Amino acid sequence: MSIILSKTNEISEKPMAKAYFEYLDENMVNPDILHIESDLGLAILKLDALTIQGKYPTQFIDVGIQEANAVGVACGMSAKGFIPFVHSFGTFITRRVFDQVFISGAYAGANIKLIGSDPGIMAAFNGGTHMPFEDVALMRSIPEMTIVEPSDAVIAKALFKAAADTYGMFYIRFMRKEAATLYEDGSVFTVGKGNVIKDGGDVTIIACGAMVEESLQAVELLKQEGIEARLVDMFTIKPLDDELVIKCARETGAVVTAENHNIIGGLGSAVAETLSESCPVPLGRIGARDCFGQVGDVGYLKEVYGMAATDIAAKAKEVIAKK
Amino acid sequence: MLTQEKTAELKEFAKQIRVQTLEQMATRGFGHLGGAMSMVEILSVLYGSQMKYDPRNPKWDGRDWLVCSKGHAGPSLYSALALKGFFPVEELLTLNQRGTKLPSHCDRNKTVGIDMTTGSLGQGLSLAAGLAFAHKLRGEANTVYAIVGDGELQEGQNWEAMMFSAQRGLDNLIVLVDNNHVQLDGVTADISNMESLDAKFAAFNWDAQRVDGHDLNALDEAIEKAKQQGGKPHAIIADTEKGKGVFWAEGQFNHHIEVSREAADEAINAILKQ
Repeated sequence: MSIILSKTNEISEKPMAKAYFEYLDENMVNPDILHIESDLGLAILKLDALTIQGKYPTQFIDVGIQEANAVGVACGMSAKGFIPFVHSFGTFITRRVFDQVFISGAYAGANIKLIGSDPGIMAAFNGGTHMPFEDVALMRSIPEMTIVEPSDAVIAKALFKAAADTYGMFYIRFMRKEAATLYEDGSVFTVGKGNVIKDGGDVTIIACGAMVEESLQAVELLKQEGIEARLVDMFTIKPLDDELVIKCARETGAVVTAENHNIIGGLGSAVAETLSESCPVPLGRIGARDCFGQVGDVGYLKEVYGMAATDIAAKAKEVIAKK
Repeated sequence: MLTQEKTAELKEFAKQIRVQTLEQMATRGFGHLGGAMSMVEILSVLYGSQMKYDPRNPKWDGRDWLVCSKGHAGPSLYSALALKGFFPVEELLTLNQRGTKLPSHCDRNKTVGIDMTTGSLGQGLSLAAGLAFAHKLRGEANTVYAIVGDGELQEGQNWEAMMFSAQRGLDNLIVLVDNNHVQLDGVTADISNMESLDAKFAAFNWDAQRVDGHDLNALDEAIEKAKQQGGKPHAIIADTEKGKGVFWAEGQFNHHIEVSREAADEAINAILKQ
């Protein structure tokens, strides 16, 4: 019962969004599973939205452009045993409806699953208004909120299932585009347990979401210079796998975090908090450095925000030098 | 039409709700008195006449639901629940005491009989709509009631919920607007005028009625009438007075005020003499 790593890490043929469609298509036979939408159904599911609406007409609920009501309705329905996935862009399903998520959701003990699509620079040409660099920070501050960010389609599908099978509030930070294949079908993931996907003893890179693929490239760059980096896919941002973070810090003596988010309040902060309390080692954080988003292609944005493989590799060497 | 006996029973129930609410607030010496008192007749009709519930089985599947969206009015709802046997009346005196199950604002995880957690204004109508829609999807005949304040209707989320409820034809949803015309900072009409509320609900394709919110018969009849009308969600604009029944609070700004033991006793005596 563990993960099976992909040998090739090739870019997937299907976009990650397809994993969500497949999850719904396979699981909506359970009439309690709902997709509650705020007019971005065609954005996340493309024409597959019509397939779901056709097959499960009462379970695909588009409330229109009203995210606050979408969250409220979902919380109300969850009190009757439904399991609603509520989708909008990452900005709107967290920042715009923070109080609804906090009070009607978490504080009231509701059971809804928030899907925030296009995290960070994946918002690309929608630009600064749509580029969530703060969503994880917001959700981390809510008690009893679980936060996961899948890095490929296999783990995404597994996490949709885990969210539905676990009572409570989830935030699933979800990129829609094609991603590198990291895991093979049959892998088993446990929320609260990060995945070591490359072993190494010189430094640990702890990454999530799209930054796992970027970090894989960084591992290769470091290897060319004789540096053996360990790579952890910390898809479970909250609860963080503290045990693994501390173990990696002890064994490698230096840590770099890599996230497609502001370094304030996200994965980097979570890891820093754990290390400061339990095992201080040199730490470097890759991510947006307290700034807003902007329009651009993903490659350009990686450069602008210092999230490219070369940036991660450089940060790794920096922290190794501080050991 | 309520029988004379039933009217007398509801009137007595309303009196007792007011008395117990004053008792609660007197223990700490303060509370959201005005909004708790304005909805007392609504509570009396709901828990005394219209709602289906079982205090021995508060989570009974066949029950009707109440979402008290104006969560700060919790204490009068707690009084109604205790008087109907959901928990001992003595427990009311633990309002806002350390570790209490009765906080200022309604909390479904703490208080037996509270169906939904509210307190951040403007969120209850969406919760009620979700519940009503859930019952529709399950093919169940339960009614979902919501009490919302007129001031609270200034929150935009309510109007989102209204559109959603009409779109889905939630005729199992009955919203009672406790239209007491006053919010914390002053008269609602002076701050952000909500009138005419019945016309606004009707424009959102709701079945809308307007009644005297302290008239037990009128409230009961309006709910009966709503239940007969299919296809649309129902709004009953209940015109009320903030602080109703507490003579020293009526006509004053009384949103969250001091309630001394002596003042509570004076008000209780006056209520019991009526």
